[in-house]
Amino acid sequence: MGLDFTVIPQYMDIILWGALWTILITLGAAVVSFVGGIVLAVIALYGPTPVRLPFRIFSFLFMGTPLLLQLFLIYFGLVQIGIDVPAFMAGIIGLGLHFAVYNSELFQTGILAVDTGQIEAARTLGLSRMQALRKVVVPQAIRDVIPPIGNNMIALLKDSALVSVIGVSELTLSAQRAIGSTYRPFEFYVLVAVIYYIINIFMEAAQRRIERRVQASR
Amino acid sequence: MTDQKPFVDIRHAKKSYGTLEVLKDINLQVQKGQIVAIIGPSGSGKSTLLRAINDLDPLTGGEVWLEDKQINKKLPHRQYEAHINQVRQEIGMVFQHFNLFPHLRVRENVTLAPKMLKGITDAEADKLAEEQLDKVGMLERIDHYPSQLSGGQKQRVAIARALAMNPKVMLFDEATSALDPELVEEVNLVMKKLAEEHMTMIIVTHEMSFAESVCDRVLFMDQGVVVEEGPPEVIFRNPTSDRTKEFLRKHLAGQHP
Ligand SMILES: Nc1ncnc2c1ncn2[C@@H]1O[C@H](COP(=O)(O)OP(=O)(O)OP(=O)(O)O)[C@@H](O)[C@H]1O
Ligand SMILES: [Mg+2]
Repeated sequence: MGLDFTVIPQYMDIILWGALWTILITLGAAVVSFVGGIVLAVIALYGPTPVRLPFRIFSFLFMGTPLLLQLFLIYFGLVQIGIDVPAFMAGIIGLGLHFAVYNSELFQTGILAVDTGQIEAARTLGLSRMQALRKVVVPQAIRDVIPPIGNNMIALLKDSALVSVIGVSELTLSAQRAIGSTYRPFEFYVLVAVIYYIINIFMEAAQRRIERRVQASR
Repeated sequence: MTDQKPFVDIRHAKKSYGTLEVLKDINLQVQKGQIVAIIGPSGSGKSTLLRAINDLDPLTGGEVWLEDKQINKKLPHRQYEAHINQVRQEIGMVFQHFNLFPHLRVRENVTLAPKMLKGITDAEADKLAEEQLDKVGMLERIDHYPSQLSGGQKQRVAIARALAMNPKVMLFDEATSALDPELVEEVNLVMKKLAEEHMTMIIVTHEMSFAESVCDRVLFMDQGVVVEEGPPEVIFRNPTSDRTKEFLRKHLAGQHP
């Protein structure tokens, strides 16, 4: 049997809903990974020792084990101890924390690269260390690591396909469902690949825009 | 003058890095409204002394007082942090490399600390920024980023930023050393203006003619000690110590006429 793309329009609404879920999960997880990454970075660098150690272990676990396993653990595992996380939330939390750990590494490098004169100037004005970090150091660190963070966010988009395994009807799972009734894997996988690519293009455009906007603040 | 209670009082200041003694029993009393210049060769401890005043480089011995408050008093960590943050609000500092916040516009550079620490409203903050920037001649650049300014302009904004906290004393650590020669004067003029307003100032500088024209007193430091101190006309015209003479001779020889 040859290729037949005419089956697509009939399933387009399922696919577009899937795309919407993919975008929502990616955005949600991006926010978690961004904020979480900053918090983890500040704790790793400046937290009191008794707090630092558990966070180190946490980071190590999230970096050293497969994301797939983490998603299973959050979705299927936590129920056993009475924490019932809806699949969509489990996806956001799993992806978000996983990438928070990666982002944290970048933020730490960024924070350490900010000139010490910046902290000195802030402290001299009377700001506490936390205030200086929050208002002076971290914003500059964020500005400086936008490109690699952007790369992580694109990796996050791609890895969001993994949440299909816990039953979130995002793009990949929607495609599989359409394929299940049409037996047209090539057509739908190509379609979905194109949609991922389009989302990707928008994300890269957003990143470039942000970078242009912070250009003057260097 | 000496029977008056000093405004800034540094007593028996000592500082070592490991076995290297950087400050060896330094005493410095500054009266309210007085302007003191600290001069001396590179590595003599000028910055270390200045930075000990607001505890950026804590002393290993001795005391620093501002009016009736000991700045470097022994306190448990948390209490000390609260204390030092309070004290630092009263001490303005200007750095050789400006250390403006590059991610903030000129306006926010000036208002960041007053807004966070003094709880002023946005309207008050705007007024404060305009006042202080006008004072240093930088009002037109209020909405620029530091990267869009020249070195001299940056330093003037840095001075406005320090002044916005309404400090009791201003510390300058070679405020013009990083500037192109043609930009030095605009910063010096701002400092002169502060002098006319009787701001208490301690100025580390390599510019002897500037020191001579604005300062009430000059300290010559070498190898962690105050070798000689006195009014500028004495230190610059009739120094008694050979080390001072030697330093001035070398220094003036290397300077622009
Ligand atoms: N963090 C540090 N660790 C070790 N030694 C230091 C440190 N900071 C300063 N020193 C040393 O302390 C001495 C005094 O330094 P300081 O910066 O106070 O000199 P200075 O008079 O300001 O010199 P300059 O005119 O070059 O600015 C120098 O020998 C310097 O190498
Ligand atoms: Mg110095």
